[in-house]
Amino acid sequence: MKHLIILALLFSTLSSNAQNKNAKASLDVNGICGMCKARIEKACLNTKGVKWADWNVETHELKLIYNAQKISIDSIKQSVLTVGHDVEDNTATAAAYASVHPCCKYRNATVRNEHQD
Amino acid sequence: MSAQTHISGRVTEADAKGTPIELVGANVFWLGTRVGTVTDVDGSFKISYKEAYRKLVISYVGYKTDTLTIETPKFITHTLKANETLNEVLVTTQAQTTSRSYFKAQNVITVNSKELLKAACCNLSESFETNPSIDVNFADAVSGTRQIRLLGLTTPYILIATENVPSIRGAAQAYGLSFIPGTWVESIQITKGAGSVVNGFESIAGQINTELVKPTTDETLFVNLYGASSTRTELNTHINTKVNAHWDTGLYIHGNRHNQRHDNNNDGFLDMPLFHQINLMSRWQYTNAKRGLVSFINLRFLNDEKQAGELDFRPEHDRFTTNNWGSEIDTRRYELATKFGYVNPNIPWQTLGVQTAYSKHEQASYFGFNTYTINHDSFYANAIYNSILGDSRHKIKTGLSYTNDVYDELVNTTVFSRKEHSVGAFAEYNYNNLELLNLTVGLRVDRHNLLGTFVTPRFHLKYAPWRKSAFRASFGRGKRSANIFAENQQLFSTARQIDILNTDGPIYGLEPEIAWNFGVSYLQGFTLWNRLGDVTLDLYRTDFKNQVVVDWEDPRAIRFYNLEGQSFANSLQVEVNYSPVKQLDLRTAYKFYNVETDYISGQLERPLTPKHRFFLNMGYETQRTKNGFGHWKFDTTFNWLSTQRFASTSANPIPFQLPERTPTVSTLNAQITKVFSSKFEMYLGGENITNLRQSNAVLGTNDPFGPQFDTTFVYGPIFGSLYYAGLRYQLK
Repeated sequence: MKHLIILALLFSTLSSNAQNKNAKASLDVNGICGMCKARIEKACLNTKGVKWADWNVETHELKLIYNAQKISIDSIKQSVLTVGHDVEDNTATAAAYASVHPCCKYRNATVRNEHQD
Repeated sequence: MSAQTHISGRVTEADAKGTPIELVGANVFWLGTRVGTVTDVDGSFKISYKEAYRKLVISYVGYKTDTLTIETPKFITHTLKANETLNEVLVTTQAQTTSRSYFKAQNVITVNSKELLKAACCNLSESFETNPSIDVNFADAVSGTRQIRLLGLTTPYILIATENVPSIRGAAQAYGLSFIPGTWVESIQITKGAGSVVNGFESIAGQINTELVKPTTDETLFVNLYGASSTRTELNTHINTKVNAHWDTGLYIHGNRHNQRHDNNNDGFLDMPLFHQINLMSRWQYTNAKRGLVSFINLRFLNDEKQAGELDFRPEHDRFTTNNWGSEIDTRRYELATKFGYVNPNIPWQTLGVQTAYSKHEQASYFGFNTYTINHDSFYANAIYNSILGDSRHKIKTGLSYTNDVYDELVNTTVFSRKEHSVGAFAEYNYNNLELLNLTVGLRVDRHNLLGTFVTPRFHLKYAPWRKSAFRASFGRGKRSANIFAENQQLFSTARQIDILNTDGPIYGLEPEIAWNFGVSYLQGFTLWNRLGDVTLDLYRTDFKNQVVVDWEDPRAIRFYNLEGQSFANSLQVEVNYSPVKQLDLRTAYKFYNVETDYISGQLERPLTPKHRFFLNMGYETQRTKNGFGHWKFDTTFNWLSTQRFASTSANPIPFQLPERTPTVSTLNAQITKVFSSKFEMYLGGENITNLRQSNAVLGTNDPFGPQFDTTFVYGPIFGSLYYAGLRYQLK
């Protein structure tokens, strides 16, 4: 029972000052497949301060939860651009885009079509 | 219509009363484009529009993403629903009815309700017929009980849970699988090998978890009627109702009955028992997505009565006489289970789950002159807290559990009473680097009044070096107390004398069972001639440090003793799933078992365990008509088992001696389903179509009260072929 109370306390403290320690954001990130998903999410999570990242293959939406005291949304965007994925109106550099796996060339219509089924 | 360049709208969420509240900062964009915007302080948005744009995606963290189809550009009002992340989401890459996970660290096979429809009858013990990982066989020649086997080991070594509460254990071990009606099952997860520490320390060969249908997702009304040529009939009814905004309730009623006497193998004994069962469940589900709460309350009642034995046995005249040999098994079970789940609505990785379950199980039975009564009261509580360490690649589960079991048994004239209780703490860490590696390390410490204080480690690793692959490795320890009578009830339908050779141990004089399980597995998905398939290779070994050896090698006795020497179960399984043409699915598997134990009489193969098994399942579905229904489904399963060793009968007089090994067994099942509409379908099927029959299933039939009487030498079907038909009606 004592442990349960400790757990409950732990819970309430974590959620009460959750405001900017658990800031939420949602970004449109271009990509096509499960490999892109792993790359995008990993890029975010490797950025210190990002706690949770979930990219949807279908909608291209990247949902984020991060500690706003440690990191800005712009730095997270930059991390995604660095691994080669376009974020909203920012285009990844040619060098970064060149680094993505051939099956993930989301700017190429042929590759996109191959993922249609 | 004039060309419109923009459309506007408003995005809201619903509060507890259903009043819409504007949602600020929600994402709105056209699917497949980079055209998007974010909602304003009043939830409104304006987005550029072209006729080519059709799908508008609206999303917000913590809410379900919705995609709207826009036919005409007009003002859009949309309400988002909060994510209900409490129910674990099972990800399947293809719409397969049985699938292995490519992602999880554990070797998990998920069987969904569609797969369960392939074997239309009738309860959990019969729902594994189309699954090669689980073997189904008969326990004895009288009770009709099916026994299942995983990695070469029988049910006591598999942790069988209902919604993650260990349920088929203790007194329910022998018949418990037939106490869960098939239509109540939503999905089954089979974990091969060590499994998670979260559900306790008892699992050795693996875990089977059954998720039951839920009031919010099950049909409003469901009726299933089944009848077989053996005159077995079953009726299932589900009624689900919404009580108010937060509460839903379901009433699930199952009844089955079989009251015709058959003796197709002409041995004077019933081929299958006469039985009737009433099984009721009332489920209450509370959902409050906004606060992140989900709760379940389950109430269950079961009454099951079986009668078996000689054809002419009439309990009222013949019970406890030598007129005719007969047996009755009456079971009553009461259950109350609660489940409480909380997901922090702001932080999706923080969840808390608390489960409690109480059951009272009473079995009164006799087998000829042997009587056996068992009462088992069980209480289980488990609390799990989920969170992350740093970021979501590092997940942690931790919690506490408590169990309390009170057993009272009467074996002929001897009383056995036992109380077991334990308190445990567990922690499980999962690391997923999102690409190659996924590993789970779990540890639990339990303090048990009879098993002592002990540590249970479990380890799982998945490595995916290339596309569509999964290499897995696992090891883990399991410990349990063997309920020797409840687990081996077939011993009562013999003339054998019961001998327990040890006296110093805490459970019937015997020591707890301890085993280590090691396994490796490789799963590879492939595309052949443009069609998808996968191939799996599983290799597992279970090594007993101590085991309660169940020794049938002396035909006059059944002996229980602590293992001295070694006991192991090695298993190999190769499975290929392939869909050669659209709508046709093939599943084929080969299995090899090497299960051996050091008995007093030497190291021997475990009796009635085939070394080789071949399995083939084919499913074909015709094209759906335009309205989406009116199609046919065909399913057929072929099984071949190699010879099996009979426990020794060499001490018997020659007429009562059996050969050393059984013949091979081949069975064929088939089923046809016609789907008439979304509401109605009918099915027709046959089991054991080639009419294979074991004729000498009972030894000493002429003198069932004599010293040679034994019903445990069962390797194949007794009844021969059986045909059935049924219907399902459902209202959404």
